[in-house]
Amino acid sequence: MTDKIRKILKQHGRLSRDAETLPEEADLYQSGMTSHASVNVMLALEGEFEVEFPDAMLKRSVFESIAAIRDAISRLTSL
Amino acid sequence: MSPAPSVRVGIDLVRVSRVAESLDRFGERFLRRLFTDGEIGYAMAIPAQAAERLAARFAAKEAAVKALDLSARGVGWREIEVRRAPSGRCDLVLHGGARAAADEAGTDGIALSMTHEGDYAAAVVVTISRAET
Repeated sequence: MTDKIRKILKQHGRLSRDAETLPEEADLYQSGMTSHASVNVMLALEGEFEVEFPDAMLKRSVFESIAAIRDAISRLTSL
Repeated sequence: MSPAPSVRVGIDLVRVSRVAESLDRFGERFLRRLFTDGEIGYAMAIPAQAAERLAARFAAKEAAVKALDLSARGVGWREIEVRRAPSGRCDLVLHGGARAAADEAGTDGIALSMTHEGDYAAAVVVTISRAET
């Protein structure tokens, strides 16, 4: 799952650092992800993992790192 | 004596071409996730201006998130709506969780200004509240 998340971040996150080697806990917003890029990341994650982020999960902390995104996807896919 | 009012401001800048890319890539999902029916209707009425109108509205929503301090709360973008009067004046209308958050913060008034030029759209939102919570 982490590799797929990294691939999506590379394609949609517009990060200033390489998503393939970014530490899992690194702050994605500090790494250059804009609010608009985070929308694209969210939509791409939904397509890839066949989930839908409810409004309650549309907060900064859910998308702030690779680890946080993985936790969120895990929660959504275990529902 | 009533508490001193608290004023907050939020600003956001969006690349119009990036919004056009999102529209191409994600289509309806992008539109429906971010924008209300009214916003979509206005923006798509003139296809050549759709991306800049959507970009300005997205900037307004993000500026509101900053002014109302909503980034930790979990609020959908459709809960922050830009409503355009026939005169052309645009105001923010809040719904659901965004409305509740603004009420909890004692928000009395919200002012919005949007602009776009070339590939950029920007918005500023100012809120005034009775007191910090």
